[in-house]
Amino acid sequence: MEQAIMNNLSFPILSTLIFLPVAGAALLLLINRSNENLIKWLSLIVSIAAFIISIPLFTEFKKSTHLMQFTERHAWIPSLNINYHLGIDGISVLFVLLSTLVTILCVLISWNSIKAKAKEFYISILIMEGAMIGVFCALDFMLFYLFWEAMLIPMYLLIGVWGGPNRIYAAVKFFLFTLVGSVLMLVGIIVLYYQAGGTFDILELSAKTYPYKLQLWLFWAFFAAFAVKVPMFPVHTWLPDAHTEAPTAGSVILAAVLIKMGAYGFIRFSLPLFPEASKAMTPVMLALSVIAIIYGAVICLAQTDLKRLIAYSSVSHMGFVTLGIFALNLQGMEGGILQMINHGIVTGALFLSVGMIYDRTHTRQIADYGGVASAMPVYASSFMILTLASIGLPATNGFIGEFLIILGGFKASQWAGVLAATGIIIGAGYMLWLYQRVFFMETNQKVAGLADINLREIITLLPMIILIFWIGVYPNAFLGFMHESVKHLLERVNSGSMPEAGVTKNILEIIK
Amino acid sequence: MNNYLLIPFLPLAAFVVNILFGRKYLRENSHWVSILAVAGSWLVTVMILINIITEKKVINEDLYSWIVSGEFKVSVGFLIDQLTAVMLVVVTTCSTLIHIYSVGYMHGDKGYYRFFAYLSLFTFCMLMLVMANNFLQLYFGWEGVGLCSYFLIGYYFDKKSASDAGKKAFIVNRFGDFGFGLGIIMIFLTFGTVYYEPVFSQAKGFAEQTINFLGYDVHLMTLIALLLFCGSIGKSAQMPLHVWLPDAMEGPTPVSALIHAATMVTAGVFLVARCSPIFSLSETALIVVTLTGAITSLFAATIGLVQNDIKRIIAYSTISQLGYMFLAAGVGAYSAGIFHLYTHAFFKALLFLCAGSVMHAMAGELDLQKMGGLKKYMPVTYWTMLIASLSIAGVPGFAGFFSKDEILWLAYSGSSPAGKFVWAIGTLVAFLTAFYSFRLIFLTFHGKFRGTHEQEHHLHESPKAMTIPLVILCFGAVASGWVGIPHLLGGGAHFMEFLKPVLGHPEAQGTHAKEWMVMGFSVIAGFSGIGLAALFYLVKTDIPVMLAQKFKATHKILWNKYYVDELYSFIIVRPAIWTAKNILIGITDAKIIEAVVNGVPKGIGELSRLMRKAQTGLLQHYAAIMAFGLLIIVAVMLLR
Repeated sequence: MEQAIMNNLSFPILSTLIFLPVAGAALLLLINRSNENLIKWLSLIVSIAAFIISIPLFTEFKKSTHLMQFTERHAWIPSLNINYHLGIDGISVLFVLLSTLVTILCVLISWNSIKAKAKEFYISILIMEGAMIGVFCALDFMLFYLFWEAMLIPMYLLIGVWGGPNRIYAAVKFFLFTLVGSVLMLVGIIVLYYQAGGTFDILELSAKTYPYKLQLWLFWAFFAAFAVKVPMFPVHTWLPDAHTEAPTAGSVILAAVLIKMGAYGFIRFSLPLFPEASKAMTPVMLALSVIAIIYGAVICLAQTDLKRLIAYSSVSHMGFVTLGIFALNLQGMEGGILQMINHGIVTGALFLSVGMIYDRTHTRQIADYGGVASAMPVYASSFMILTLASIGLPATNGFIGEFLIILGGFKASQWAGVLAATGIIIGAGYMLWLYQRVFFMETNQKVAGLADINLREIITLLPMIILIFWIGVYPNAFLGFMHESVKHLLERVNSGSMPEAGVTKNILEIIK
Repeated sequence: MNNYLLIPFLPLAAFVVNILFGRKYLRENSHWVSILAVAGSWLVTVMILINIITEKKVINEDLYSWIVSGEFKVSVGFLIDQLTAVMLVVVTTCSTLIHIYSVGYMHGDKGYYRFFAYLSLFTFCMLMLVMANNFLQLYFGWEGVGLCSYFLIGYYFDKKSASDAGKKAFIVNRFGDFGFGLGIIMIFLTFGTVYYEPVFSQAKGFAEQTINFLGYDVHLMTLIALLLFCGSIGKSAQMPLHVWLPDAMEGPTPVSALIHAATMVTAGVFLVARCSPIFSLSETALIVVTLTGAITSLFAATIGLVQNDIKRIIAYSTISQLGYMFLAAGVGAYSAGIFHLYTHAFFKALLFLCAGSVMHAMAGELDLQKMGGLKKYMPVTYWTMLIASLSIAGVPGFAGFFSKDEILWLAYSGSSPAGKFVWAIGTLVAFLTAFYSFRLIFLTFHGKFRGTHEQEHHLHESPKAMTIPLVILCFGAVASGWVGIPHLLGGGAHFMEFLKPVLGHPEAQGTHAKEWMVMGFSVIAGFSGIGLAALFYLVKTDIPVMLAQKFKATHKILWNKYYVDELYSFIIVRPAIWTAKNILIGITDAKIIEAVVNGVPKGIGELSRLMRKAQTGLLQHYAAIMAFGLLIIVAVMLLR
């Protein structure tokens, strides 16, 4: 196992991060449901503790190597060679940090808005956190799959129990979409297991080579799981429904972390396991990405519901991410990973913000707003910063990600770069229009006299706003984590020869 | 010696202070923070200018590494050469004066702190733009000034028209920046860097290179130059992206003076001048630049002839004068273009501030037809505005005369194939400019007052905070041109000499006689424009009405600004929203994808309903089916 290095921390940090929230959830079970304050405070303390524990990942991470760090490995089911194997590298480390941060904000934003079944709500959130971190840390396929599916349950509950009027439809749709994709991936995992001679170890599997035909089949099996999660066009339709119906915290987790899993899966699995197939499928993936960018953006122009608009904008932004990844060059990939973080921060914060105003007005219809800037100046300023980050203004994080992606995308295919850049024009269009309709113009009667955001809400938004400028002004602090891992990954993908199978050729010709 | 860093970062600090503490604590004292900061920047600028003039020392330093991704590396860094120095002088001088003017103009506004915060932020971004030593930081400043422009146009955000105008400015500019951004990417892919110095020094090596771009073989330098020029078209409001600037007049007047006349809108000209080593390698690009400039200047001037909104006339005048600058750059006379940028900043800022002073007296009235005879009520405003108009009309001795003459002469005598053509247009535009400028003067200040009694009663000269900047700018509108008096008139053309190390200077090929002729034509054009305006609006005031009647169709087209806005709404805005509503949501998402999504479970449901029918629970059915199955198996075995 040359692939992993042990780390200098004296305790198993990743296991702690996974199981601390789960233990917190178990503790919540013991508390009487009438003691709502204790439930809330305990959840907050657990989530803050997890975040504090995750900080060494940022400070102690060795940026000079692509190897797995903070690794743990124990035999779990020896008869099947399944291990409890954890570790993170430059690709996954930032996502763990994002997960721990976002969970705190989710607890804070739900403070006053979740009244019914508060206990179960916070249990779901904490279990969700453990599962999410598990997904990013797992280095054994069975363990990965376990966490991957475990995420579904709390999310399903969050939407289905605490959601809006159409929550059941949205929750079932979300569940079925993701499940169908995941099952195909499970088949793929089992095929890999036998092909590689009986191992589920992701690092071992990623070092082997597979026949091209098999790669192609497995690529599409994994694609089914990941594309749904991203979500890529045309399997994106669950997202607007899920986002719209989910409670604020659910939308935030969904936007900030959950939909990153798909793109993460492409990087962690599809590319190193099936390098030739990935390379061959690049034109298809680039085309789907560009369609998502433009399709998602144009559709935003016609939205009348705040959350639905932001949900569709996610489709567009995630199109940028997949474009960057499948550009298969350094700028595109780093831009793509950074943009995943950026999108988590910005869209997460946008959903937090929408939640804040929804708590006051109980409407998501854009037409019910207008002139909010007069009533709530602090809120208006922070929403403006989010808007600007969303449309990629320089000095915000969005610019760095989008610029690197378009640069990488343009290198890979001029058309992809040019078309993706048009998405930025439309992006400015729908976001500024949204901002105008909500915050500017004459004050709508329904929002006159609203109280500006309070200290708790400011604290909820502040970390995101700091990150927006931090990444925008000094992105090297974050890009620095990725360089080695991304370089290593691209070496693996680009070292293989490019097979010219009939299918590929035909697709290539159609695209050109 | 890093004190040049103070130039951009003082205003940034002022912005931070004002935005954080302005609303609650500073309130009506907010202006002090901003004014002190920008005055500080101005002082440092003057020191650096003196340094550059005496020692000719160029500063080119990186502050810190901004983005590193593989071979893509870029820093936040600063370049201060002669061109930057000129821009710094223009920006900090105008900005300081307009800050002071705003104290009077914005007095009592409920968003006072916000206004000054934005002004400071704008000044910071504009300074970052002109001081950048690489394209990406230029882009940062470029987008930053666009953002501030958006904030300030929509400053009165509760007005729908204002927030519409701000949004429009931002989005129209994004169209231009789309090309600009791709241009930067092409530069990186060509040169492997986005720093000016290595890019410009290597550009010659790619002079003959062609590249396949989206399936077409194109000349590489032409492609890069034109992509960059897309950005210029947007920011400097050239055709066909000029539509945002007239609407931008929704912003407070000091903003129109600073951002939409003196500084931000000239960034496009600055970009072309900065990239002159690239543009000079492509004759095609230069012709596009000069023709765009010439046609825009004519187009905007004709619209300016008939408008009645005092600020919009000046806005069209700005578009027209910016066209002049591009006209110059496109014939290779970059330094003449920058010279005009510099003189224009003074007289155009002055025109806007005078218009603001008039509005101040008229309680916000903008319609020329409701003014008249203001001369006796506001003498300072009248005289300063008159001088600014003489300057823009190109009356000899005033600043505008020297820069305009330099452009026309270099267009006429230079080597550009389009030179003579754009010279002719330029001379015609000089006539139109003089005409509409004096139409404005005569309608506003001369004749009888045409507004309401209430307005007449209210008429007054503006406070000192406003008139003092007017007088100072007035000095600039006259004397700023004296640093570039041509050799023909016994001057030394110092301005052009100063910029020569950066921009070079084309050799004029023509005799003194021809130079006198060109100058003569432009002077005649200017005076006849003024004369005609005097005839129409002082002597025979019924002529304009009669003309408008006689050429009804033409007048209507000009009055409606050639219907460009309507055209865009018809071919871009409405189709985009229609597509989103009816095709993407209505058909693709709802009818196709969702049909599959909801159809599959429905299909499964149907299937299971069919299957369920087999589960009758009756033993004889099962026995019959079993027997039937057995029969088939036996039959198959026998037949094999």
